[in-house]
Amino acid sequence: MNFRPTIVAFLCNWCAYTGADLAGTSRMRYAPNIRIIRVMCSGRIDPTFILTAFQQGADGVLICGCHPGDCHYQTGNYKCLRRFKLISKYIAQMGIEPERLKLEWISASEGKQFAELVNEMTKAILNVGPSKIKSTLEVKHLKS
Amino acid sequence: MPSDLPIPKPKLKLAIYWGAACGGCCVSVLDTHEKLLDIVAAADLVFWPIAMDIKYKDVEAFPDKSIDVTLFNGAVRNSENKRMAQVLRSKSKILVAYGACAYMGGIPGLANFHNRDEIFKRVYDETESTVNPEKIRPQTEYTVKEGKLDIPEMFNDVYTLNQVVEVDYFIPGCPPQSERLLEVFTAIATGAQLPPKGSVVGANEKTNCDECKRKKTDNKVIKKFYRPWEIQDDKETCFLEQGVICMGPATRGGCGVRCVTGNSPCRGCYGPPAAASDPGAKMMSAIGTMIDADSPEEIDKIIGTIVDPAGLFYRFSLPSSILGRKIIL
Ligand code: SF4
Ligand code: SF4
Ligand code: SF4
Ligand code: FES
Repeated sequence: MNFRPTIVAFLCNWCAYTGADLAGTSRMRYAPNIRIIRVMCSGRIDPTFILTAFQQGADGVLICGCHPGDCHYQTGNYKCLRRFKLISKYIAQMGIEPERLKLEWISASEGKQFAELVNEMTKAILNVGPSKIKSTLEVKHLKS
Repeated sequence: MPSDLPIPKPKLKLAIYWGAACGGCCVSVLDTHEKLLDIVAAADLVFWPIAMDIKYKDVEAFPDKSIDVTLFNGAVRNSENKRMAQVLRSKSKILVAYGACAYMGGIPGLANFHNRDEIFKRVYDETESTVNPEKIRPQTEYTVKEGKLDIPEMFNDVYTLNQVVEVDYFIPGCPPQSERLLEVFTAIATGAQLPPKGSVVGANEKTNCDECKRKKTDNKVIKKFYRPWEIQDDKETCFLEQGVICMGPATRGGCGVRCVTGNSPCRGCYGPPAAASDPGAKMMSAIGTMIDADSPEEIDKIIGTIVDPAGLFYRFSLPSSILGRKIIL
């Protein structure tokens, strides 16, 4: 099967995005499946962003912020962690596989870790297969 | 008693219909008490199955746009609900989704945690009181000696009214407060300037917390969540601050914070406020800020005390939420 997963990645500006940028400027090769959205802080990632990404057909959603203690805005990443845990519990109830939502801390110097993370997640999602959310929701349209 | 409502000439034509509903919304119209007399003085009720005997074919024979206002309560759950939604859409100038079920899917919308097969299996095979060795299932037609009967088909999903036909206005609530209905009706009867099509009417823009009289602080910190019966409510501190989940921050005001005033946490029947689209997302965001822990283990422990986030946060709104239903393959 020719399945190419799409992973939407929300990266905080100060650490994670810089880390991803480093992977790029260092010409590291990693899976081309992520679509990066830069946010100022992982604490800015509203649950709506994650749910909408899934609704629009993302096969996975990756969230990256600064390591604990390193958030540019002090506590944004803790808020993010708590929300992530709660959303994970919610999407499990909705029948979305746990592999599809991931949170990792990436510092500005961790380009290599970022590339590995993307490879790992892409592999995990290749294993679970395409997201069924969009096709499930398409059935929902009754307006004729 | 003199009527408070000016009587428009000619009288308005009003219809009230129920789809997948419990009857509470129709009763909320009766709960206008003596004001109901004002309503019938200002409007002719041309169709209202709970109160009047009119057949569907009579409604189908109405000219298009001949009903001024239809209050449609209940979700769309089967082919009969859908057909009547379409008929009433074409017969009505203003179609109002009345109540949480028509607006967001409401309590019947909780069926989107399952699908039709699962529900039929439970109801027609598994319940303790079912005896059905032949595994009979509902059929959509049946032949009797007088001829063939068509029976509505239950859909796999529960829909909001807006997911099936175009809706002009939404009046939230399970059921809507009768006072709010009167306000909206008066506005229509007096020919007042109506808000833009697609608006939520009979409710506020801001949240229940905004109006709530309970004592609250800006920085709420929560170490453990309790279900309402696990804790002695002190009757004055914000429920959330006592660790009881109250949907106030994710719910539009308009009911007068009724439940909290009656010492029960808000369950969100008025739906999300104007600034939020998905009540659960709003709630998860708010709770993420309040949980008083930074280590993953401790966070897990606290979240473990929220037993059923999906059912709690989307009690009235599952079909209209971003994900809409549970994925069942
Ligand atoms: S909104 Fe509430 S009161 Fe109205 S029909 Fe639905 S369940 Fe009943
Ligand atoms: S959370 Fe509930 S109890 Fe607290 S202020 Fe809001 S509405 Fe009132
Ligand atoms: S307090 Fe909440 S649940 Fe109770 S009537 Fe108002 S909006 Fe509905
Ligand atoms: S700035 Fe990186 S997580 Fe807050």
